[in-house]
Amino acid sequence: MFSLQGYGPSILQGTLLTIELCLVSLAISMVLGIITALAKLSRVRAANLIAQAYTTIIRGIPDLVLMLLIFYGGQVFINQVGPMLGYDAYIDINPFMAGVSTIGFIFGAYMAETFRGAILAVPGGQLEAGYAYGMTRFKVFIRILMPQMVRHAIPGFGNNWLVLMKTTALVSIIGLKDMVRMAGLAAGATRMPFTFYLVVAFNYLILTSVSILILNRLNKRYSVGIIKN
Amino acid sequence: MDFSIISDNIGIYFIGLKNTLILVSSSLFIGLIFAVPLAVLRTSKNIIISGPIRAYVYFFRGTPLLVQMFLIYYGMGQFESVKTSFLWTFFKEPYFCALFAFMLNTCAYTVEIIRGAIENTPHGEVEAAKAAGMSLYLRFTRIILPSSFRRALPTYGNEIIFMLHASSLASVITIIDITGAARIINSRYYSPYEAYLTAGAFYLTITFILVWLLKKLEYRWLAHLRRE
Repeated sequence: MFSLQGYGPSILQGTLLTIELCLVSLAISMVLGIITALAKLSRVRAANLIAQAYTTIIRGIPDLVLMLLIFYGGQVFINQVGPMLGYDAYIDINPFMAGVSTIGFIFGAYMAETFRGAILAVPGGQLEAGYAYGMTRFKVFIRILMPQMVRHAIPGFGNNWLVLMKTTALVSIIGLKDMVRMAGLAAGATRMPFTFYLVVAFNYLILTSVSILILNRLNKRYSVGIIKN
Repeated sequence: MDFSIISDNIGIYFIGLKNTLILVSSSLFIGLIFAVPLAVLRTSKNIIISGPIRAYVYFFRGTPLLVQMFLIYYGMGQFESVKTSFLWTFFKEPYFCALFAFMLNTCAYTVEIIRGAIENTPHGEVEAAKAAGMSLYLRFTRIILPSSFRRALPTYGNEIIFMLHASSLASVITIIDITGAARIINSRYYSPYEAYLTAGAFYLTITFILVWLLKKLEYRWLAHLRRE
């Protein structure tokens, strides 16, 4: 049952694409998350409202629906806007871009909540001390806030990352050749769906286990100097 | 955008709504019934008892639900022994496969939630129960479980909403849930905005209602933790 009938390399290729997807969407979600968290905490009312609407709506709708909306809807949208800008050829959305931007967009909302909590956990006196030294707001953010919020953000960040990795399986539905799709193709050709999906399941288990190990180390590293009882 | 497509076909969304609600509530219910004893056994110090439960939870929390569903829906057909037995009457049905996958998945998450709550029982309560001469069974049913359920409620509320959203995957194996309805409308009229925005609105509404209900329930159940 455990012979892969020569489909091993294609599954491996799919695995690499999955990892790539995970990392690129993680980067997008972190940027979006930080911006949204700052918008939520800012004194500008419009920014608060937009950030609040973004996180509420995204967290209330299933990932799959958002992905289908952005993939199919984005396709229609771009081809409606394209001709207006003088671009006449039919534009095909690259599924990788659609997948990455959707997952990044979704997890931006989750990251925002994590980062907001982490920012609030840094004592206000620390920031005030920074300002008292004459640091600019940007410097306070980079030198005082960031290094201290990391410790508070790691547990939530880790959870988001684990969920994000599992969410990337959905891109197989919009035709991206990640490992789930590759397993589906191999399963169709060999009539061994159980074998191939089980291999993919174990690949995911390896990815999550390695992530948990790394996250634990990071957590230890950033908690140096904190006494736990 | 032309929402008359939706109002003409709203019936299919209501069929989808019904299917989503049945799938989610039955998988949550069955999952919870199995999760409680499993969580209790999971806290056992005997590795022969807790080990297999740990492995089950680890597998189902560490792999995507989509893959689990494919393993059951497509995977079972690989085994001749399943195909020729009475089990095949169940495993050939997408509805059963989705329900089975959801149930196994939510059960694994729930075991972990309840286990966490059990382990957070204040030590003094357990000691007091022991001092009063309660047996292990009495301690669990009278002291540990009732307070664990209360502590688990906020996290379990998240699991309910997570399950609602995860149920949209059922549409991938041809079930007409809310997402399935949207996929049918999209492929029939090629109108992705209308189709998926409507589905999104349905899910948002259910999510808001659930959040509201959970808040009410928490207000009652966690009254002793209320801060005035």
